[in-house]
Amino acid sequence: MESCNCIEPQLPPDELLSKYQYISDFFIALAYFSIPLELIYFVKKSAVFPYRWVLVQFGAFIVLCGATHLINLWTFTIHSRTVAIVMTTAKILTAVVSCATALMLVHIIPDLLSVKTRELFLKNKAAELDREMGLIRTQEETGRHVRMLTHEIRSTLDRHTILKTTLVELGRTLSLEECALWMPTRTGLELQLAYTLRQQNPVGYTVPIHLPVINQVFSSNRAVKISPNSPVARLRPLAGKYPGEVVAVRVPLLHLSNFQINDWPELSTKRYALMVLMLPSDSARQWHTYELELVEVVADQVAVALSHAAILEESMRARDLLMEQNVALDLARREAETAIRARNDFLAVMNHEMRTPMHAIIALSSLLQETELTPEQRLMVETILKSSNLLATLINDVLDLSRLEDGSLQLDLGSFNLHSAFREVINLIRPIASVKKLVVTLHLAPDLPEYATGDEKRLMQTLLNVVGNAVKFSKEGSISITAFVAKAESLRDPRAPDFFPVPSDNHFFLRVQVKDTGSGINPQDYPKLFTKFAQSQSLATKNSAGSGLGLAICKRYHMLVIRFVNLMDGHIWLESEGLGKGCTAIFMVKLGVTECCTESKLPPATNASMNHAQTAFPGLKVMVMDDNGVSRMVTKGLLVHLGCDVTTVSSGDECLRLISQDHHVVFIDVCMYDGYEVALRVHEKLTKRHERPLTVALTANSDKATKDHCRRVGMNGVVLKPVSVDKMRTVLSDLLEHRNLV
Amino acid sequence: MPLHHYRPPPNHGGITSTQQQQVTHQPPAMDVLSQSRRQLADYTNSLHRDGFLDDQFSQLQQLQDESSPDFVMEVVSLFFEDCQKLVTNMARALSELQAVDFKQVDSSVHQLKGSSSSVGAARIKNLCVAFKTCCDSQNRDGCMRCLQEVNRECVLLKNKLQTLFRLEQQIISAGGSIPM
Repeated sequence: MESCNCIEPQLPPDELLSKYQYISDFFIALAYFSIPLELIYFVKKSAVFPYRWVLVQFGAFIVLCGATHLINLWTFTIHSRTVAIVMTTAKILTAVVSCATALMLVHIIPDLLSVKTRELFLKNKAAELDREMGLIRTQEETGRHVRMLTHEIRSTLDRHTILKTTLVELGRTLSLEECALWMPTRTGLELQLAYTLRQQNPVGYTVPIHLPVINQVFSSNRAVKISPNSPVARLRPLAGKYPGEVVAVRVPLLHLSNFQINDWPELSTKRYALMVLMLPSDSARQWHTYELELVEVVADQVAVALSHAAILEESMRARDLLMEQNVALDLARREAETAIRARNDFLAVMNHEMRTPMHAIIALSSLLQETELTPEQRLMVETILKSSNLLATLINDVLDLSRLEDGSLQLDLGSFNLHSAFREVINLIRPIASVKKLVVTLHLAPDLPEYATGDEKRLMQTLLNVVGNAVKFSKEGSISITAFVAKAESLRDPRAPDFFPVPSDNHFFLRVQVKDTGSGINPQDYPKLFTKFAQSQSLATKNSAGSGLGLAICKRYHMLVIRFVNLMDGHIWLESEGLGKGCTAIFMVKLGVTECCTESKLPPATNASMNHAQTAFPGLKVMVMDDNGVSRMVTKGLLVHLGCDVTTVSSGDECLRLISQDHHVVFIDVCMYDGYEVALRVHEKLTKRHERPLTVALTANSDKATKDHCRRVGMNGVVLKPVSVDKMRTVLSDLLEHRNLV
Repeated sequence: MPLHHYRPPPNHGGITSTQQQQVTHQPPAMDVLSQSRRQLADYTNSLHRDGFLDDQFSQLQQLQDESSPDFVMEVVSLFFEDCQKLVTNMARALSELQAVDFKQVDSSVHQLKGSSSSVGAARIKNLCVAFKTCCDSQNRDGCMRCLQEVNRECVLLKNKLQTLFRLEQQIISAGGSIPM
């Protein structure tokens, strides 16, 4: 045999063993080739695989191993040298690659392992996050429920609805079996079942408030788990075997007074209501924390909502009360106004009724004065006139008490004879005094000025009143009146501490003391004497005639007197040594010093315009239209007496024919059938206002219709027939002054 | 001036009627005048009191002065003339056998009322008011009665006033003057 290059295998082992080796190698090679393929395939499929290089390496390693094993297949039989070389190369390569891989794996494997660790870690984390997410979600659920509940609760201001809604919503949200609200009773000693969820009409159960379980709940602001057997929780017969867990929470009942402006309400309020919530029995559910929190929040919200409702209720009630009061006040005001109007109407009417006869007396007396009288008669008439004037003024003043009370009364200043004023008053009083057998004496100080400036009438009234009272309350004895100028030291009286008279050059203070020997006054009654409504119980009251009314009227006059005295910057007071010892009325008024001696006579109380009236109207051209001959003659005589130049006409035509601008006044008897028409024609004929004569209606009718008619046709005045001399005088002077009869 | 005349007697209060009349001493020749005056005053007062006259008459008396010394008499005479005329008219109208013209009667009454009120004849004026009512109710008999009364009053007043004027004349002839 030649030496061939073929490498002879070793002694062939068993054929079977070789066969098996052969097959195994084949499969190994196959596997080794397919693994990388699989790797590549799956890696390609996966998106993330950071170790591609490793893969390549590994792949190469495996491929080469596979190649080695494959080539090994050829080495089982006789194989050529190429095969051997290939084999060797493959083996070398494989060796290199495997070593490289092995070396590489040292790095790689820990990495891979750490990847795993991280994966685990991340998984844990994810689980944790999930848990937390779950928690947050439940919390948010809770929050949503609370908001929704709150919204429901707050959407109404009706207490009942609030509470009912709370229970319903809570029941729904937490799937409760029963939910109840216990309210404290009025006495505060018990809790009464006010609302429940399931039962329609809660039985008016009560439990005493001082149970330990209740105290426990009330002492904390958290929801507290309580035993289902406690009295507050035993609301319904057990539905199942195991009652569900029960939780109770306090609901503070806030009052308005709990709210400070910038402060959260103090929960020092003692009043709480109790809310009890029961989970369904046999459910094995438990109260979760978040559920408890929900309950607490709801309880707070309910408290606030309730307090709002309470505030609203109160304010509604207050408003209703105010409205009622308003209505009542309005009514009262209207009644008062009606009363005042009635009073004013009455006063006005009485005024008129009382003034009319007064005026008649004054007018007639003044007329009488103008006739020829004997001296005694003249004196009598003068006295009548003066008394009537005083009385008229008194009526004016007394009936104008409202004006008086407004303080709008003003003094009528003028210079007058002080001495004669006193004497006149005495003369007026003397007759009455002598009937009662009282002696009246007057003493005027020598330094009392004879003339003074002031309101003579009011001074006389005051004096008359005071002296009159002295006479009235004295049964016997004497009345002495002294008047003098008050000196500085006597100006301040200890009894009148607020009276600070300040004398000056132009003024002096007149001090008048009226002493009587009557029943005197109890010192305790001093303040009452000058007050309006006090009733003095002194003897004076009981013994004077017409005691009750008299004293009331007396008080009234006192008010007038006080007002007058005050108006004159003075003061009035009484002194008495006691009951039965008489009393002295003292008043001081401020009067002006007057230099001149001109005396202004007491003007008559009637027609003030009489003072300004002219006594004659020389040259005044007047036309008189009247169809009654006698009336015509009388009116003409009247006007002639007053100095007018009179033309008389008896018909409308004649009047219109003779009327001209020269005539100043035309008197028209409107009872004539064409009286008004004539007036109109006169106005038409002589259109220029300032040149045409004034037209005055003469009528026996003074009713409103006549007056209106006259006004409508443009007449300047209405005069009632028959006209007196004085009236005509007044009419003419008014016409001339104002061009209208006021 | 204080009324010194009224001296109360000692231990006695009050003013008795005897003390009211203080006669002023006048020369004797004036006694007649003052007496006449007093008579006139009394008479006038009585007329006023009885309602024959009212203050309008006094007004008329006021109007009498030197320029028209007989004013009152003139007015009064005119009044009575008027009165007579009106009464006659009314009598004629009321005695119509057929329908009475109440309108005319009414206007006459109105005239009479106006005249009497101008003169101050109070009673007549009041009668006219009643008369007018009868006229308005067209009561012939009532009107007749009123007319008779008016007539009677007119006559009465005429007499009274004549007496008054006589008294005035007395005063004038005694040297006094009216108005007093």
